[in-house]
Amino acid sequence: MSTLTVPRQDQRRTPRRPFRIGRPGTIGRIVILLVAAALTLGPVMWTLSTSLRTPSESFNLPPQFLPLNPDLTSYFQVFEQINMVALVVNSALVTLMIAVGQMGTAALAGYAFARLKFTGKNMMFSIVLATMMVPVQVTIVPVFMLIRGMGLSDTLLALILPAIPTAFGTFLMRQYFLGLPNDFAEAASIDGASPWRTFVSIYAPLAVPGMAIVGILAFNFHWNEFFRPLILTISEQNYTLPLGLVTLQGNLGTGSISVVLAGVILSMLPALVVFIFGQRALREGLTAGASK
Amino acid sequence: MSTPTLKSSTTTASRRTQSARPERDKPKRQQSLAERLIVPLFLAPTVIGMAIFTIIPILGSILLAFFRWDIISAPEFVGFDNFTSIVNDPTISVSFLNTILFVVVAVTLQLGIALALAVMIQGRMPGWLRVFFRSAFFFPLILSAASVSIFMGYLFNEQFGVVNWMLSLIGIPAVPWLTTPGGAAAVVVLVYVWQNFGFSFLLFIGGLASIPKEVHEASSLDGATGWKQFINVTLPLLSPTVLVASVMAMINALQVFDQPYVLTRGGPGDSTRTAVMVIFESAFQQLEFGRASAIGLVLMALIMAITALQFRLSRKFVFYQ
Repeated sequence: MSTLTVPRQDQRRTPRRPFRIGRPGTIGRIVILLVAAALTLGPVMWTLSTSLRTPSESFNLPPQFLPLNPDLTSYFQVFEQINMVALVVNSALVTLMIAVGQMGTAALAGYAFARLKFTGKNMMFSIVLATMMVPVQVTIVPVFMLIRGMGLSDTLLALILPAIPTAFGTFLMRQYFLGLPNDFAEAASIDGASPWRTFVSIYAPLAVPGMAIVGILAFNFHWNEFFRPLILTISEQNYTLPLGLVTLQGNLGTGSISVVLAGVILSMLPALVVFIFGQRALREGLTAGASK
Repeated sequence: MSTPTLKSSTTTASRRTQSARPERDKPKRQQSLAERLIVPLFLAPTVIGMAIFTIIPILGSILLAFFRWDIISAPEFVGFDNFTSIVNDPTISVSFLNTILFVVVAVTLQLGIALALAVMIQGRMPGWLRVFFRSAFFFPLILSAASVSIFMGYLFNEQFGVVNWMLSLIGIPAVPWLTTPGGAAAVVVLVYVWQNFGFSFLLFIGGLASIPKEVHEASSLDGATGWKQFINVTLPLLSPTVLVASVMAMINALQVFDQPYVLTRGGPGDSTRTAVMVIFESAFQQLEFGRASAIGLVLMALIMAITALQFRLSRKFVFYQ
């Protein structure tokens, strides 16, 4: 949004004064917002600070909210306690494959629903949308059996394959393609480009920002996913990060919590990168379902 | 299956070229064949994938819900037993009641906090401060609910937890958060709301931004300020967003699993057991796959009912500009 102030006639009535501290309402409002922000960020700061204490004093009171004497022991220990490398590799593989798979399939289907003509399109699109209402918990039992039947039990593919078809991603990409001008397709077909060529060379590159939103959403969701890995992975070598960390927490009890928290902080890092560089896309994607 | 037809843009284009250069008539027909083939190509990955991993499983679930099956022995037809167990089995019925109570409390808190903060952030403040607040409230959304539940569990620890330490500073004795039914339920709600209010907050700031400034300016001139303005002007204009936000929050809350699983495993007793936890335990611990399917279907029916209600309400009561 541009904040350029254009002089207007009614400016005298509702003056846009520069911000200044001093109005009691404003101060009260900002204090409440600061308290809310402290309550939101405080637990994360405590997690970071405690992960940087030595394991033996990690549960000592008073708590620390700032890492004053950072100690990396817990970060080394978490690699000894659980197979952190495998967890990270599994999580990365699963998440990336799902994200790339969703971007590809959603772009293709979204393009077909937006720009190609075929009979039964509206009905098919309604069915795709309706599957958004189906919670994963309803399909998990039959999916578990299908995966067994396919011989994919206890493999990473068991997590990847069922997550690739995406109703929400298809919906997002359809909206995105609908927003692109039609002229390119006409020009391309006059030049004799095949429909596939029109998609690959013209529309897909234009839709990269939309695909990025689908990918970032998929990454954020599946990196953090717990329910499906809990059911679909069996041996620890196939665990993903959240599952591995919950297992570690169960094993360690309240002993050396800094080790668990070090794992928690490490697992947050990729999400943090997305938060810093892709926050806008993430916000747009998350709220896209709310606007019709 | 659908039979693809010609794309309209190409039809007009070919008509145009046809009159100019009739010799291109033949290649155009071939292209139309290519186009017939292209639609299945575009749709196949999504449609086949959904058929295998969503549609067939739903049909399977519906079938399975009428059987008792432990995967090993032959399935046994039991009629509606799996559905009636939701009422008859005390653990399952309590879990459903817990879930409904959880939805009511958590969604109310989540929407209330989000709306209050979204309105407050609209007020005048330096731009960087607004960005900071928005990022802070959004931040928990990027974390895994399992990780959040891990560190929140430590924070609410009765003996060593930070929460009880802070309460002790103002003279409140240690609260047995995770070992009493009320305390455990409160923690599950708080941890859930802590992580999810940012989502409703985002929807609300979007909704508030779409209300034109002139509306507030005009009502200020008419003497409506502060609370009065909020109730009579802002809230009615925000009602479409409130409806969408509450429906999305309810659907999410109905599926709560990670927080109670990691924090309490459903205990103490059944006090924090939820519907999805019962699906998980029925299927993968007690090998009652039919019962798990039945519970899942009831959950899906609830979600569909809420969505249908949203459609009705948005036509009837919501005030659109």
